[in-house]
Amino acid sequence: MSLTPQDIERIAHLARIRVTAADVADVQAKLDGIFRLIDEMQAVDTKGVEPMSHGLDMVLRLREDAVTEVNRRDDFLNNAPESAEGYFLVPKVIE
Amino acid sequence: MGWNTFATVAETIKALHDKKVSAVELATHYLDRADALQPTLNAYVTLDREKTLVEANAADAKRAAGAVAPLLGVPIAHKDIYLIEGWRTTCGSKMLENFIAPYTSTVVKNMADAGMVTLGKLNMDEFAMGSSNETSYFGPVKNPWDLSRVPGGSSGGSAASVAAGLTPASTGTDTGGSIRQPAMFCNLTGLKPTYGVCSRFGIIAFASSLDQAGPFAQTAEDCALLLTAMAGFDTHDATSLERPKENYSRDLSKPLNGLRIGLPKEFFGEGVAPGIAKAVDEALAVYRKLGATTVDVSLPNVKYSVPAYYVVAPAEASSNLSRFDGVRYGHRAEKYDDLMDMYKRSRAEGFGAEVKRRILIGTYVLSHGYYDAYYLQAGKLRRLIAEDFKRAYEVCDVVMGPTAPETAFQFGAKSDDPVKMYLNDIFTICANLTGQPAMSHPCGVDENGQHVGMQIIGNYLDEARMLNVAHQFQLATDWHKRHPSI
Repeated sequence: MSLTPQDIERIAHLARIRVTAADVADVQAKLDGIFRLIDEMQAVDTKGVEPMSHGLDMVLRLREDAVTEVNRRDDFLNNAPESAEGYFLVPKVIE
Repeated sequence: MGWNTFATVAETIKALHDKKVSAVELATHYLDRADALQPTLNAYVTLDREKTLVEANAADAKRAAGAVAPLLGVPIAHKDIYLIEGWRTTCGSKMLENFIAPYTSTVVKNMADAGMVTLGKLNMDEFAMGSSNETSYFGPVKNPWDLSRVPGGSSGGSAASVAAGLTPASTGTDTGGSIRQPAMFCNLTGLKPTYGVCSRFGIIAFASSLDQAGPFAQTAEDCALLLTAMAGFDTHDATSLERPKENYSRDLSKPLNGLRIGLPKEFFGEGVAPGIAKAVDEALAVYRKLGATTVDVSLPNVKYSVPAYYVVAPAEASSNLSRFDGVRYGHRAEKYDDLMDMYKRSRAEGFGAEVKRRILIGTYVLSHGYYDAYYLQAGKLRRLIAEDFKRAYEVCDVVMGPTAPETAFQFGAKSDDPVKMYLNDIFTICANLTGQPAMSHPCGVDENGQHVGMQIIGNYLDEARMLNVAHQFQLATDWHKRHPSI
């Protein structure tokens, strides 16, 4: 498999990462090399194999539906690039 | 005070207990050394003497009041991926250059509860993505054995700091070998436990189904002491294993008579540097002398570990790192047109090249129409690799082989070729994909005097046995007692 410059632009947009026109070729070349490595696994016949994400095949626990954390809004806002009156600030999105 | 900067954790515990040294004296000694060697090694990202001395004073006060916790007052340095409330936590990235952690990770809390004193935050590859520490926004860490060589990665600062005697022990994380490979490169003992043994809560996520926390130290005995403090069930981590606390030192002194060591032919192929193969063979001879037997095993699917990993890890990373949006925390671009442009510029500026590469790979393999061919196929390969190991454990107790196919390399040797860099983790990645415990211990040097590590992979939850195996080897050898002249 080989990526196209349009593929790079599409996934960069999906990933919300700005890739300049000057960088597309380099990114594409490096990603092509990595996908050649990845595509080695396509040779394996895995029909009927159950995919695994956890070695001990555990299931997620449930807990009581109760509030367990205290409200620390102001602490968390301290790391925000911009905040005001208890809110995160973003550029205007509604005219 | 005349403190031996290469004292082990066990020796430090004894000196504290015998009142030969105080926690404040220890903290001061290691902070002074860290300051002195920071320009040379770049092992730390953040040191905060005031905070450290508050903890050390508290430890001394507790001991004076009669507390007997063994690790009370023992210094520890943490990889800068662990959140510690009030400490800057950067994950080696410009994205988090000014991030102050608002809460403390469970592993750090467990170690602090055991009385350990935090020395500082250790340098690392950006978001733990790298095998050489060259991707850190704060500059590479140098290998204290040879300043022209990499310390390994991603936990490079964790390895360099212990090897150089800047701390008796450190924490790391291991997603594809990030504890074991730097442990080998810096002549240390490092352990990645079974997935779920150490809580991931408060550790900045890279690939959530692979990430595990673990210790670095000079000896297996020290790693056992450290893991006993680190590990434990945590309701804050959905994948934490619900099981009683273990004492990982309990089996250290057992003899190795009857131990069956599996040697996968896939770990001894042509890709292994001759100097490494020789050191590993000699170490296996020591194991046989100690009463172990070796048996050939085969892991036919393990060769697909690296391809499967470079689907799973980037896929999970692209999802985890989507939280860095320039809104809630982290870097925000100064100039932008609108919200979309702000996201794109903030992430383009805040992340380094390797991180962006992996996010793009992950985004691609998870995008519409590709999920089955990539993430699902990789998940199936994880199952096949795990089944290979299961078959191997029918005839052996542990699996051994070299930790990495080559020893510490020069800066720049692989930094322009991601695939070359990725293949350095060829022997370590399988244990992350399966979730098995794995460790590395020193076992010799190659023709250039670079250190060779023996990897021990164990069955699920068999950490105590693996530590026993490595400890018995270390009683019979002295590779782990070598220190750099720095």
